[in-house]
Amino acid sequence: MSEILSAPYVLEYTYTRSTGPVVGRFLESLRYEVLEGVKTADGRVLCPPLEYDEEGEPTTDEFVQLRPSGTVKTWSWVPEPRKGHPFDRPFAWALIQIDGADNAMVHAVDAQNAKRMRTGMRVRLRWADEKHGTIRDIACFEPMASYVPSPVHLEYDVNPGKHYSAYLRGLQEGKLIGGRDPEAGKVYVPPRGADPMTGNPTNEYVEVPDVGVLTTFTIIRIPFEGQKLTPPYCFGAIVLDGADSPIYHLISGVPHDEIRMGMRVRAKWKPQDEWETSLENILYFEPTGEPDAPFDSYKEHL
Amino acid sequence: MRDVAIVSFSQLPSVKAIDATDEAELVQPVTANAMKQVGLTQDDIGFTCSGSTDYLPGRPFSFVAAVDGLKAWPPIRESHVEMDGAFALYEAWVRLMHGDIDTALVFSFGKSSLGSVPDILNLQNDPYYVQPLGLDSISAAALQAQAMIDAGRATERDFAEIVARSRKNAIDNPNAHIKGDFSVDEMLEEPYISSPLRKSFCPPVSDSAAAIVLAVGDRAKELVKRPAWIRGIDHRTEPHALGQRDLTTSPSSKLAAEKAGLVQGKVDLAELHAPFAHQELILREAMGLGDEVSINPSGGALAANSLMTAGLIRFGEAASRILSGDATRALAHTSNGVCLQHNLVAILEGE
Repeated sequence: MSEILSAPYVLEYTYTRSTGPVVGRFLESLRYEVLEGVKTADGRVLCPPLEYDEEGEPTTDEFVQLRPSGTVKTWSWVPEPRKGHPFDRPFAWALIQIDGADNAMVHAVDAQNAKRMRTGMRVRLRWADEKHGTIRDIACFEPMASYVPSPVHLEYDVNPGKHYSAYLRGLQEGKLIGGRDPEAGKVYVPPRGADPMTGNPTNEYVEVPDVGVLTTFTIIRIPFEGQKLTPPYCFGAIVLDGADSPIYHLISGVPHDEIRMGMRVRAKWKPQDEWETSLENILYFEPTGEPDAPFDSYKEHL
Repeated sequence: MRDVAIVSFSQLPSVKAIDATDEAELVQPVTANAMKQVGLTQDDIGFTCSGSTDYLPGRPFSFVAAVDGLKAWPPIRESHVEMDGAFALYEAWVRLMHGDIDTALVFSFGKSSLGSVPDILNLQNDPYYVQPLGLDSISAAALQAQAMIDAGRATERDFAEIVARSRKNAIDNPNAHIKGDFSVDEMLEEPYISSPLRKSFCPPVSDSAAAIVLAVGDRAKELVKRPAWIRGIDHRTEPHALGQRDLTTSPSSKLAAEKAGLVQGKVDLAELHAPFAHQELILREAMGLGDEVSINPSGGALAANSLMTAGLIRFGEAASRILSGDATRALAHTSNGVCLQHNLVAILEGE
């Protein structure tokens, strides 16, 4: 047991501070979301305003309103804020030169990520919801992007056309439908308006089995906007038996390092009561366990 | 001008916490020891001056209690500055210029372990524009360090190399707090506290106390064989607001060094009070201290940083090397305020 007695102890002073005509005017303006600087005798603008410039010259009584934006002159990222910091999440301290001012202001930048911070970056002021006539009426600054949101939203009715409708109706019944060029004999899955090799319509529908050859594949390891699956996952091109064009689907049920070109795969279907007019009726393709197809048998489809 | 010299120096080892001491208990061993080294007692001292800050222990007027650690009866001539003890030494030097006394005792104490130093030091900031934001001292120094990097004047590796050299120098210093061989690469792996400052780029928080005896002319020569003469001493300050200064330079230390007479001859060593690694670069550049000058042979403030005492210890460490005959001319420096706002420089010389 320690011989030394110890107890917590809090020191507080409930002081108030008089603000004077320069600092007082600046702080009072903040209540009304007005940002002002003061002019020095030699025509520079100080924001935050001071009673004297660094030469010791009194500043003038001329105030100028400034745009609530500026440029970061130096900064420091705080990954773990201390008690008393303006945020309890990571943020940056910065010296910010307000547009139109010749000095810089110490304040916080709410940038979410250190990677958004750099010297020279543009920031805009964010006002606090509640004002008390203190420097904290400025809640913080935030990065100003050099772009604006530009979303597009248009609404359509989609019509898949005759051939694709036949394909989707087939899927609803658990069938894979292709279209054959009656002259050249090539089968396209899904069917298409014409055989691109001959220009003939492919309006002779044939059913192909849900088994085929994995001709090529890729393993996706990086995340991207709009991604539905969690990486890593495998996406492959499958030429179904009797077809001359590949369909594309997920490859699963096999370790990624065992996936190979020429592997025989079969569709893994959803339960029948969930079938719709969609290729999503097939969850993925998985190995059949049959011997691999020889390269020559599918090389023309690569 | 009278010739004033440092004739003795005493310090407590800087450690994380000296628990079992109040102010008087911290001060008494170092003041008694500094006087004893030169055969003096408090009765022989013409003027006593101390430097400390009450916010460290959180006790208003704690410096008054420290006087109990002296023999203050019958009443003595005494003064105090709410600054590093090095500025108390400056006041004592000025007092000795009056000509009526020949000796002075300077002391300081820093019990940094009781509170949270980075938060206490926010009280140095502008009370209208900065204090309400809670800008701690590490974050303020970080703004300066980033400005150094942006200006292309330093890299984080430079910071780490300064720390490694300082703490290696401190191996031979029995009073240093953090010492040893530290790997630059390992330091560069530490997480940021406030970028670009990692833990090692910041000073330790130490408890300590220190005392120095000053004496004038022949009195100094009677007391020691080789007094450490203060050939020049000067301090200069810059604007308070961080946004009014170029944080990557130190015109105040440049001017103070000039006025103290740095240019009049080579110095063997410089004890710089640069608590944060990057500040050493700023000070060296401002004062023009090249590679021929041994910087912080004691380890400096990166090896031991008792607040309000670390500056006086710089004077003591520089003087000790002259008193012992190991050095002929030395620079002692102390900074005060946020981001090296205020700088004190002295040139010390043996005969």
